[in-house]
Amino acid sequence: MALSEQEVLAGLAEIVVEETGVDTADVQLDKSFTDDLDIDSLSMMTIVTLAEEKFEVRIPDEEVKNLVTVGDAVSYISSAQA
Amino acid sequence: MTGTISITKGPEFSRIMGLGVARGENVVPNADIIGPIDSSDEWIRKMTGIVTRVRAAEGTEMIDLAERASREAIANAGIEPSQIDTVIVSTITFPHITPGAAPVLADRLGATPAAAFDISAACAGYCYGVGQADALVRAGQSTYVLVVGAEKMSDYIDPTDRSISFLLGDGAGAVVIGPSETAGIGPTIWGSDGAGAGLVGQTHSWTEVRNGASFPTLRQEGPSVFKWAAFDMAPIALKAIAAAGLTPSDIDAFIPHQANMRIIDQMVKQIGLPSSVAIGRDIVDSGNTSAASIPLAAERLYRDGAVKSGDIALQIGFGAGLVYAAQVIVLP
Repeated sequence: MALSEQEVLAGLAEIVVEETGVDTADVQLDKSFTDDLDIDSLSMMTIVTLAEEKFEVRIPDEEVKNLVTVGDAVSYISSAQA
Repeated sequence: MTGTISITKGPEFSRIMGLGVARGENVVPNADIIGPIDSSDEWIRKMTGIVTRVRAAEGTEMIDLAERASREAIANAGIEPSQIDTVIVSTITFPHITPGAAPVLADRLGATPAAAFDISAACAGYCYGVGQADALVRAGQSTYVLVVGAEKMSDYIDPTDRSISFLLGDGAGAVVIGPSETAGIGPTIWGSDGAGAGLVGQTHSWTEVRNGASFPTLRQEGPSVFKWAAFDMAPIALKAIAAAGLTPSDIDAFIPHQANMRIIDQMVKQIGLPSSVAIGRDIVDSGNTSAASIPLAAERLYRDGAVKSGDIALQIGFGAGLVYAAQVIVLP
């Protein structure tokens, strides 16, 4: 069941907020995980793993470095769901 | 010509009879190692939870750490070294492809002619050894088994490596496993995933060194190893609890391999352990001592008064291979 990009963003934001404590309002498509949200590599792997479970997609480890912004992650998850 | 052979039959149960440890003599704070990796005390604490790691003094070898821990374990078990009939050393840092560390250790301890072999199972080595010893005793193959996780990781460190060098410490933890009136060691849940062999290990092979490459050191793909350990090991831990006929609320202590505090925290969440469980966090002061880390963490829990004899502990090791092993045990 493919979700809209808005739904993926909302679902991803829940995971990011739970893992890092940032404000939901800060989790926007143009935000960089490392530079804007101060998320380190281990938290990123936690977010990726929880997203894989939530959205029932597979995100290979070598793909993770390409997910620079929240938007990159939302696009990847949306495509993987199709 | 037909005949029948006899087999051995051992006691119904086995248990851990005594624990002994030895840590590297030098306590090395983050400040001493951050220079070559262009890092900070704050970053190391945040990423790993480590404040200090123990490292062997000049002249202390891995076999010396193994011997000190073993003597303490044997004394705590209340037996003589000559009663040990099997010696298992779990290590990746004995600096000879052969002879193994175990026969050398057995000779030093006065346990000759004990059966003696090494296990190469990285940070799962101690739990592999405990599982093996349990099986040997209950099969009647062995009576008293000495299992030692012993490492001198500092022999294989590149101080400029930002992936793993700063985590690693030197130490040894030993237990004696023998017959018991009651169950002291639950079934071992163990396995491997060799597809992940490239994620953590030696930088290059000994034959490449022979052909001119530099001395090999240890490295890892940290985030990938974190993901595997933090999330894929929880189901293994739950299987070990269920195999022992228990639920997470029956566990008194959780003693995972001390790889990284962030892994430990995520595992606790994923397994769903109640807040009453004592958690081994020796990595704060000792660092990651590979096969020694679980017995060292157990000793630290006793020393802190967080556990006592008879408590039920879940121990799980996981590491290079990739390999893993877990079992529920009764603390000696």
